[in-house]
Amino acid sequence: MAKVSLTVNGKALTAEVEDRTLLVQLLRDVFGLTGTHVGCDTSQCGACVIHLDGRAVKSCTLLAAQADGAAVTTIEGLAVGDELHPVQAAFREHHGLQCGFCTPGMIMSAVDMINRLGGPLDEETIRHELEGNICRCTGYHNIVKAIEAASAQMAGLSQAAE
Amino acid sequence: MGVEGIGARVLRKEDKRFITGRGRYTDDMAPSKTAQAVFVRSPHAHARIVAIDTSRAKAAPGVIDVLTGADLAADKIGGLICGWMIHSKDGTPMKAGAHPAIARDVARHVGDQVAIVVAETKNQARDAAELVDVTYEELPAVVDLARATDPDAPQIHPEAPRNIIYEWSLGDAAATDAALARAAHLVTLDIANNRLVPNAIEPRSAIGSYDPAEEHFTLYNTSQNPHVARLVLSAFVGIAPEHKLRVVAPDVGGGFGSKIFIYPEETACLWASKRIGGRPVKWTADRSESFMVDAHGRDHLTHAQMAFDADHRIIGFKVATRANIGAYMSTFSSCVPTYLYATLLSGQYDIPAIYCEVDAIYTNTAPVDAYRGAGRPEATYLVERMMETAARELGVDPAELRRKNFIRTFPHQTPVIMAYDAGDYDATLDAALAAADYAGFGARKAEAARRGKLRGIGLSCYIEACGIAPSAAVGSLGAGVGLWESAEVRVNPVGTVEVLTGSHAHGQGHETTFAQLVNDRLGIGIDKIAIVHGDTDKVQFGMGTYGSRSGAVGMSAIVKALDKVEAKAKKIAAHLLEADESDIVIEDGKLKVAGTDREKSFLEVALAAYTGHSLPAGMEPGLKEGAFYDPTNFTFPAGTYVCEVEIDPGTGKTEIVQFVAADDFGKIINPMIVEGQVHGGIAQGIGQALLEEAVYDRESGQLMTGSYMDYAMPRADDLPSFRLMTTETICPGNPLGMKGCGEAGAIGSPPAVINAITDALGIRDIAMPATPARVWEAYRAAAPAMAAE
Repeated sequence: MAKVSLTVNGKALTAEVEDRTLLVQLLRDVFGLTGTHVGCDTSQCGACVIHLDGRAVKSCTLLAAQADGAAVTTIEGLAVGDELHPVQAAFREHHGLQCGFCTPGMIMSAVDMINRLGGPLDEETIRHELEGNICRCTGYHNIVKAIEAASAQMAGLSQAAE
Repeated sequence: MGVEGIGARVLRKEDKRFITGRGRYTDDMAPSKTAQAVFVRSPHAHARIVAIDTSRAKAAPGVIDVLTGADLAADKIGGLICGWMIHSKDGTPMKAGAHPAIARDVARHVGDQVAIVVAETKNQARDAAELVDVTYEELPAVVDLARATDPDAPQIHPEAPRNIIYEWSLGDAAATDAALARAAHLVTLDIANNRLVPNAIEPRSAIGSYDPAEEHFTLYNTSQNPHVARLVLSAFVGIAPEHKLRVVAPDVGGGFGSKIFIYPEETACLWASKRIGGRPVKWTADRSESFMVDAHGRDHLTHAQMAFDADHRIIGFKVATRANIGAYMSTFSSCVPTYLYATLLSGQYDIPAIYCEVDAIYTNTAPVDAYRGAGRPEATYLVERMMETAARELGVDPAELRRKNFIRTFPHQTPVIMAYDAGDYDATLDAALAAADYAGFGARKAEAARRGKLRGIGLSCYIEACGIAPSAAVGSLGAGVGLWESAEVRVNPVGTVEVLTGSHAHGQGHETTFAQLVNDRLGIGIDKIAIVHGDTDKVQFGMGTYGSRSGAVGMSAIVKALDKVEAKAKKIAAHLLEADESDIVIEDGKLKVAGTDREKSFLEVALAAYTGHSLPAGMEPGLKEGAFYDPTNFTFPAGTYVCEVEIDPGTGKTEIVQFVAADDFGKIINPMIVEGQVHGGIAQGIGQALLEEAVYDRESGQLMTGSYMDYAMPRADDLPSFRLMTTETICPGNPLGMKGCGEAGAIGSPPAVINAITDALGIRDIAMPATPARVWEAYRAAAPAMAAE
C-alpha cells in the first residue's frame, strides 16, 4: 500500500491505495472525481487527460503514487465558480462535443496546448496537437473550431492584461 | 421560428454538465456495497470447454463468487435472441444457434465469456480471473467469409449446416437476368465491405442489482434502447417479469449502433447480483474487451453486375452478397444485410429490375450487427462504386451518368420494396458540384501533377431509409417488435413542461432539439422544458434511438402528444376567457382570443388545470397527454458527396484536400446539431475508407486489431474540415417533414473517397481501407513506368 498526498483542484487530499493503483483510479474511485474518463487501456484515447503540476498528462499512464506531492487539476476544477474557462465555453459555443465522453480530456488537452503554444492557434497546429485525443462523435471539425476560437480569445485576453 | 424554435441554431442545454465533468455515465455510478465483475474469456477462436475449475479463484482474496455457464443453465436463464426472423428463399426459417450469456460447452470466438468472477474490488476480480482454470480442447476455426461455407470448414453451430444461417433473396430474378442478357454494356465488380469496430469512446458498462425483498431487478447500463433491453431480458432471457425489472440508461458516451443490442454481460451482472444475495454487480469493459465482444459492423463480400442499355440507362442490377454474422446472431443481425441493405440497392436511380441474394454466414468472430448506417452504407458503397466504374467504362462523366438515371417523379416504387416519397436528387448534385467547383477539377489536377501529386475526384449520390419504421410493414417482414415511438407531455401546475420520450440520446442533443419543438408550439422558452428519457420507470415505453429515427419517429410522437395538450389547454382557456375554443390561439406562452387583447398565460391555464376550481363542465383535472406514433413509411434522406484527394506517389499517403456534402434531410430542427451529426458520420466513413479494419488471423482466429495501437481510429490530423450544405424537400410522411441525419455521413462518404482514389490512380478498384501501403502498391502496379522514374 502507498500513502499518497496531493492537491486536487486546490484541495489537499490524502489516500492509502494499493501500489498498482493508477492516478485515474485514485481520482475516480477514491476521490469521486468522475469527470476524468477511461476510454482505453493503452494510453491512446486521451479521455483521462488531467493537468499535473500544470502539464497535461494521461492519468491512466501514471501510478497514483507518482503523483505524491503534485498539484492536480481535473475537469471539475477548471471553471472558477460558475465562470467557465474560455475553452469550456468555446466547446459549447462551437458544438465541440456530442456524447461528452471524450470532452473532459479534449478540453484539458486544449487548455494545455494553448498554455504551451500561446495563441491564436491555426487549424494545422491544433489537429497535430490533438493526436493524443480520440473523438468518435464530432469528426473533430467543431473541436478544432472551438480551440481556434478559444486560443484567439485567450491570446486577446493575455495581450489585454499586459 | 423564434430564437429557440424549429430551425434555430440553439446551443445545447446538455453541454454544461459535460464540459464541467458532471456527466453521469454508468461507470461513474457507485451504489453502496457494489461488487466488481470481471469475465474470463476464451483465448481461442473455437474450443470445446472440457472443464472449468473455479476452486483456486473462489479462494482468492476478496472473491465473492465465480459463476459459469453451468450455473447459468442450472438457474434456467435463457439465451440471447435475434429479434428479426428471416426466411431463406426456399421458405425455411433462419438457422440460429444457441447464444448463452456464458458459454457452456463451446467457445466460438476469441473473447467469448466462459465465467464471471465477482469480487470486492476490480483488481481482486482481475487477479482471481487469472486463477480460473479452464481446460480447452482447441477446435479448427474459420474467420473469413470466403472459406466459411466450404464443405470441410469447421462447423460452428450444429443448427446451421455449413455455417449458413439463411440464403435469402429479394427482387425479380427472371426479369433481372433478362435485363442482363440484353444489356448493351455490363459492369461487373467484386467488392468487399471491410469489417469495422464501432468504438464508442465510452466502453460498455453495466450495474445489475437485485432486491430480494421486492424480487426486483435494476440494471444501469450503456444502452441506446433501455425499454427494448428490458423487454428482451424479461420475455426471452427470463431475468424477471417487466414490472420487476427497471432498466436505466443514463448519460451514454456514444453508441453508433453498438449499444442497441442486448449483450451477455448485462444479463450476467443481473443474474450474478441475485446469486450473491442482492449486492449490485458492476462490469465495465476494458477497451480490449470492447474490441473482442462489442458487435462489429459491415463485413460483406459481393459480386454484382449492372446492366445498361445503349443510351446508358440502367436496365438491371444483380447482386450476390455474403454477410458475416460472426459467432452468434446479435439482436438485429439478421435484418441488417437483408431489409436494411438490399432494399436500398436502387440508390437514387430508376432501375426497372433488381435481384439480390444474401447468404448470412457464421464465423468464429465477434458478432456482427448494426453499425452507423447498418446495411445502407454497404448498399450505397456498392451502387456508387458501380456507377463510377460504369461511367469510366462507358467513357461518360460520372455526374452525368448519375443524372441521366435519377428518379424524378415521386412517389417512386423501387423493385426492392421501398417507395420513395420525396426527393430532388438534381438539387443536391448541383449544389455539391458547384460548391466543389467540379468544372475546375482538370486545372487543379494539372497543377497537382506539377507538384508531383496525383489528384482525383469522386462522387457519391447516396440514399438511405430512416425513420424505422411502419410496425405492420416490418412485422410482415419478420421483425419481432413494432417500431413506433411514444411520448408523454406533462405540464406542471406552474406551466413548466416535462417531455417523457422513448427515444434515447447518447450525443444527439435531444434535450435541446426536443425542447425546441415544444417551445415552437407553446412559446414558453426552452429553459422551462425538460426532456426525460432513458429510464423504464419514468417513461412508459419506447423503442430507442438508432436508424436516424428520433426526429422522424420520436419527435412525431411528441407532436401528437402536444396536439392533445394544446387542445385541452385551449378548452380551459376558452372557459376562463368566456370565449369560443376555436378562437383561442397560442403565442409566446399565452393563450389569446384571436383579434382581442384578452389572454391567459400558459402558467395560468396550467394552474387552472391542476386546481380544478374552474374547468369546463365534465373535464378531468390535470394537463398531461401521451401518444404513440407509428410511422406511415420510411423516410429517405439523400444527397451528394464530393471528395477530392491528393496522393503522394512516393509514399502512397492520401490527403483529402476537399470534402463537400450536400444533404436533403427534409425539415431541420437545429442546423448546428445536424452539421455535427454529418461531421461525425463523414469522419467514420472516411475512417472506413482510409484507416479502419478489424482483422482476424486466418489460421488462429486471433483478433489482430484489438487495441487503438492496432486499429486505426481517425484522429484529428487524419481528417480535413468539411463543407456542408443542405437542400430541402419536405418529407410528406410525418408531421414535421423530417427525414433524419444521423447516419448519412457514414453512408455517403466511403464511395466518394474510394472513387476519388481510384480516379487519381487510374485504377478500377482498391480495397478499403485504402492504406498508404495499398495505395502505393496499386500505384506501382498501375504505373510501373512512372514508378520506375
